[in-house]
Amino acid sequence: MNIIVCIKQVPKTADVQIDPETGRLKREGVESIINSFDEYAIEEGVRIKEKTGGKVIVITMGPPQAESALREAVSKGADEAVLVSDRAFGGADTLATSYALSSAIKFIGSYDIILCGKQASDGDTAQVGPEIAETLNIPHIAYVKKIELIDDKSIKIERMMEYGCDLIESPVPVLLTVVKEINTPRIVSLKGKMVAKKAVIKVLNATDVDADTKKTGLNGSPTQVMKIFAPLQKNGSGEKFSGAAKEVATALVKRLSEIRII
Amino acid sequence: MANSIKVFTDKCVGCKMCENACPFNAISVVERLEHPKKFKLAVIGLDKCTYCGFCVQTCKFNAIELKKDVPQAEVDKNLYRGVWVYAEQRHGEVSGITYELLNEGKRLAEKLGTALSAVLIGSNIKSKARELINRGADKVYVCEDPIFTEFQDDPYSGVLTQLIEKEKPEIILIGATNIGRSFAPRVAARIRTGLTADCVSLEVDTETRNLQQTRPAFGGNIMATILTPGHRPQMSTVRHKVFKEAKIEEGRKGEIIEYKIDVQTLLNRTKFLGFIKDTSDTVNFDVADIIVSGGRGVGSREGFKLIEELAELLGAAIGASRTAVDSDWIPYSHQIGQTGKTVAPKVYIACGISGQIQHIVGMGSSNIIIAINKDATCPMMQAATYALEGDLYEIIPCIIKEIKSFRCG
Repeated sequence: MNIIVCIKQVPKTADVQIDPETGRLKREGVESIINSFDEYAIEEGVRIKEKTGGKVIVITMGPPQAESALREAVSKGADEAVLVSDRAFGGADTLATSYALSSAIKFIGSYDIILCGKQASDGDTAQVGPEIAETLNIPHIAYVKKIELIDDKSIKIERMMEYGCDLIESPVPVLLTVVKEINTPRIVSLKGKMVAKKAVIKVLNATDVDADTKKTGLNGSPTQVMKIFAPLQKNGSGEKFSGAAKEVATALVKRLSEIRII
Repeated sequence: MANSIKVFTDKCVGCKMCENACPFNAISVVERLEHPKKFKLAVIGLDKCTYCGFCVQTCKFNAIELKKDVPQAEVDKNLYRGVWVYAEQRHGEVSGITYELLNEGKRLAEKLGTALSAVLIGSNIKSKARELINRGADKVYVCEDPIFTEFQDDPYSGVLTQLIEKEKPEIILIGATNIGRSFAPRVAARIRTGLTADCVSLEVDTETRNLQQTRPAFGGNIMATILTPGHRPQMSTVRHKVFKEAKIEEGRKGEIIEYKIDVQTLLNRTKFLGFIKDTSDTVNFDVADIIVSGGRGVGSREGFKLIEELAELLGAAIGASRTAVDSDWIPYSHQIGQTGKTVAPKVYIACGISGQIQHIVGMGSSNIIIAINKDATCPMMQAATYALEGDLYEIIPCIIKEIKSFRCG
């Protein structure tokens, strides 16, 4: 089976914070990593390949430095890596991103399964996966937590819902977005690292993938950022209790009884 | 014509304010080649810039100019009127999020001077339409067919797309649930319009009729307000529990419209085989008045026994921070926050949770927040109605004892 895994390079989000006093972004030394949900997509792709044969192609859209994320994916078992990169793709929202990636996937040609992480940790939208499926006119299943059966014609999966699981069958090709519960990604081997170092990263631009630049980047993005601001922080105006544990507990229980919680 | 942004080299002093402010890492401050000893210069990387304007606000020297393209309307926006709510149902029961959306949708519709409609898709579901009217809908479009018995992306996105193309609403609100987040993007991509995920606040500009959609980004560290200025409809998925449910007004007037579908025109490629209800570990935050939640400070899987004991005593549900879940102390179904569930109980007791913004966005609208933490300065203690400083392993057993003796006394 030919498996395409879409990944995104993201900042380590815990480090991106706005200083509530100055309103400035504190971004010193923010590292770029593979979006954590995508790690599970890569692992699942490699596992399918190990079972059915075929190859795993990892693909990302981003600036030239996103190449390092692709190399990391190769070290984890991907066979080929494609960087979709062009000025014309800059400033894309989810619709324009999914268009650019779909164009590149069409260019790559044959595939059976497309895997994405559930969502990216910087945008948290979970939209690009289903939008790629729609643009390619193939079915998708989101929130996949288990692949039960897979053969060259169809796939049976468990989809995680809020209060249980749906069992769904789909023909291939299909796009799946995966949640963390699907697997435990393997540790990168030394051999993997060596392979990744030497891997050739294929770079495709808008012309290569025959993308209509009216549909890419900012031009192709129906949504626009109007403003960005720091979330409201509460100011510590609540009642404080400190001292011996017993006294603190007594004071709280007194309050709770006053407001009829207990 | 596209957006443009430039730095005035005569005004820029290379202070790095903009470099630090840019959420997208698009600005770097470099040496000036012509005067290496003089001020440095900010350079904007257009491959990363999203023209958000954060740098323009930050710059004290007015050295950055942003010209935003007013996008050519791709559609005649005047053809699009009305606010829609997707009335989510599961296994025949309307989800609570639907009533929350009707409440907010009504407010927006009244501001725009237009009607509020609900779209109900399912099988044998028409009987549920009446309540949607009682909760504020002026019209309910009912799409009934056995093909819609269980949620599947193809037929659901297909019928909603058809209905949108026929009726042309200007705004569509969909719950940011697993269902909404799965099929709304398909609809948006087919119509080629904007979709903003996980909104926590909505407002309309009555002049442009643009919907201002505010959502957390970067794991909740930043809030962003998003517009869909040139396209219609404007689509948003909205987080659970950020709006109150619409109240019931018995006998409210409204119209129920049965939308006849030619099922042959809908794709239906996937097959629903069954639903396995999660019984082993059901966490029903929706009905709990009190939630007792544990975080990093709990320290171990065994530590959650203490949390459970307090929860049981109070008849509370058990929550957890991401750290506790990632450390395998408690299953994911208990996780509250940006990547978990959103809750709004009467009382939220945060035990050993420092209150990173990702957690706060999931529980910040709780009525009363009680924090127990060694660090009196941490964000959760700042957010708390009652902030208890100290070791949770000392305080919680005392609270348990006190409650027991209070009840006996």
